[in-house]
Amino acid sequence: MSVVLPYLLSGISVGGQYALIAIGYTMVYGILRLINFAHGDVFMVAGVMMVYLSASLPLYVSMPLMLILTVIIGFAIERAAYKPLRSAPRMSIMISAIGVSYLLQNLAAYITGGLAQQYPTVPGISASVNIGPATTKVVTLVTPFLVIALVFALVMLINHTKIGMAMRAVSKDYDTAQLMGIRINAVISATFVIGSFLAAVGSVLYFTNYTAVTYTSGAMPGLKAFVAAVFGGIGSIPGAVIGAFIIGISENIVKGLEAMLGMAGINLNIGLATFSDAVTFALLIIILVVKPTGLFGEKATEKV
Amino acid sequence: MLKVENLIVNYGGIEAVKGISLDVPDGSIITLVGANGAGKSTTLRSIAGLVKAKSGSITLDGEELLGLSTPDIVSKGITMVPEGRRVFPDMTVLENLKIGAYLRKDSLKDDIDHVYDLFPRLKERSWQAAGTLSGGEQQMLAVGRALMSRPKIIMMDEPSLGLAPIIVQGIFDIIREINRQGTTVLLIEQNANMALKTADYGYVMETGKISLQGTGEELLANEQVKELYLGKSKQ
Repeated sequence: MSVVLPYLLSGISVGGQYALIAIGYTMVYGILRLINFAHGDVFMVAGVMMVYLSASLPLYVSMPLMLILTVIIGFAIERAAYKPLRSAPRMSIMISAIGVSYLLQNLAAYITGGLAQQYPTVPGISASVNIGPATTKVVTLVTPFLVIALVFALVMLINHTKIGMAMRAVSKDYDTAQLMGIRINAVISATFVIGSFLAAVGSVLYFTNYTAVTYTSGAMPGLKAFVAAVFGGIGSIPGAVIGAFIIGISENIVKGLEAMLGMAGINLNIGLATFSDAVTFALLIIILVVKPTGLFGEKATEKV
Repeated sequence: MLKVENLIVNYGGIEAVKGISLDVPDGSIITLVGANGAGKSTTLRSIAGLVKAKSGSITLDGEELLGLSTPDIVSKGITMVPEGRRVFPDMTVLENLKIGAYLRKDSLKDDIDHVYDLFPRLKERSWQAAGTLSGGEQQMLAVGRALMSRPKIIMMDEPSLGLAPIIVQGIFDIIREINRQGTTVLLIEQNANMALKTADYGYVMETGKISLQGTGEELLANEQVKELYLGKSKQ
């Protein structure tokens, strides 16, 4: 147990961070049928902004400012790069998303000089704590609770508010939603605002744990979160959250598997820990082969 | 009064509507009949702002609607029950009704009660997902949902499509009832016989043009209409 616990804790924590990013992928897909490749980079940009804002401003100003700026960036990306392509073939929007992804990475590379930047310490969650035999940061313990609270709030918003009802309608049927008087563009913007906000919160949790931000920092978490969204069934919010926890936990279990087996008297010196990312993608391949719509994905069949 | 003048609409690379004119006076039931592909749906969809018209004019009480977005047209009091009903399958019956009143900010209770009075079946199924309803019930829900916006004009695209004859009769009874309560109806139908019996005035549409028009009785008595749309050959 003493060997498993730290890996499990960090798996739950990183899973929660992936979940916050994965929700952005899955909501945008649900409404636009677009894989927003720039989403992982929005997450990275949130981290970079926090580095520079906290250098000159106190935390209680820099953090809210970072959240607001990230939301504005997410909104602006949609208006500038996706909205003009609304009636274009889906492939065009996807290519535009890839373009935005590279644009953000290159801007960040230019601003940071391509160097890793030290993420500011956030009082309260950066401190270390001991859980029995394991030592971890407070953020590891806070993450799952914060994620659950945010997901609960999001589910309430979607199921019990007018804008949430509009989101559900738009994700099903553009024309009929408009006949109800719903403005599609406003709903799409709201989706990007929510997705970017959650990614910004995720970036605080993630970078408090990993401490360094580089211009490529969004790539791997972004990809993992995307895998989580597909794993859970893209378009489904509970699916994305559960998928993210499964992926976070399994990659960390793999990291610690050799040590755990060592305790049981089995010595494998094959460097299994380096395969933790491979496991994530192997999981994706398996789920796509066995259940292509993911754990909670909608069936493609429609009753006419 | 809704007035369509010289409307031309390109759809899918062809000229689907080739300069048609229609009058829909307040309080009337007007029908547009014709074969599949005649351009009826395209006409309705361009009045609703879902399809961009190439030229012409669509006015409501003298105010130009052409170029307005669909939500703006809905806010002017024109709504549409789309072909194939298109209820939101995962939402409950009640949620479907509430979303029909999306633009309204006042209390919906009276309107919901009114829809449930018109369609008691829906009241029984208030908490059921709309996707689990039968075709006829879904059509009732689609009509009820459209009424929730308190429209001046309700446009219906093939409300009888795919429904059993007894249910079709019920749908037409409801159309008359809605009209009697003061809502103008613009109806398109392949079921020309029922539509012309219900309507005050009808237009026959053929390959994007109006080929005939007249009161319901006139068109029902017309030899050409009988032959082409009512399935009765000349004796």
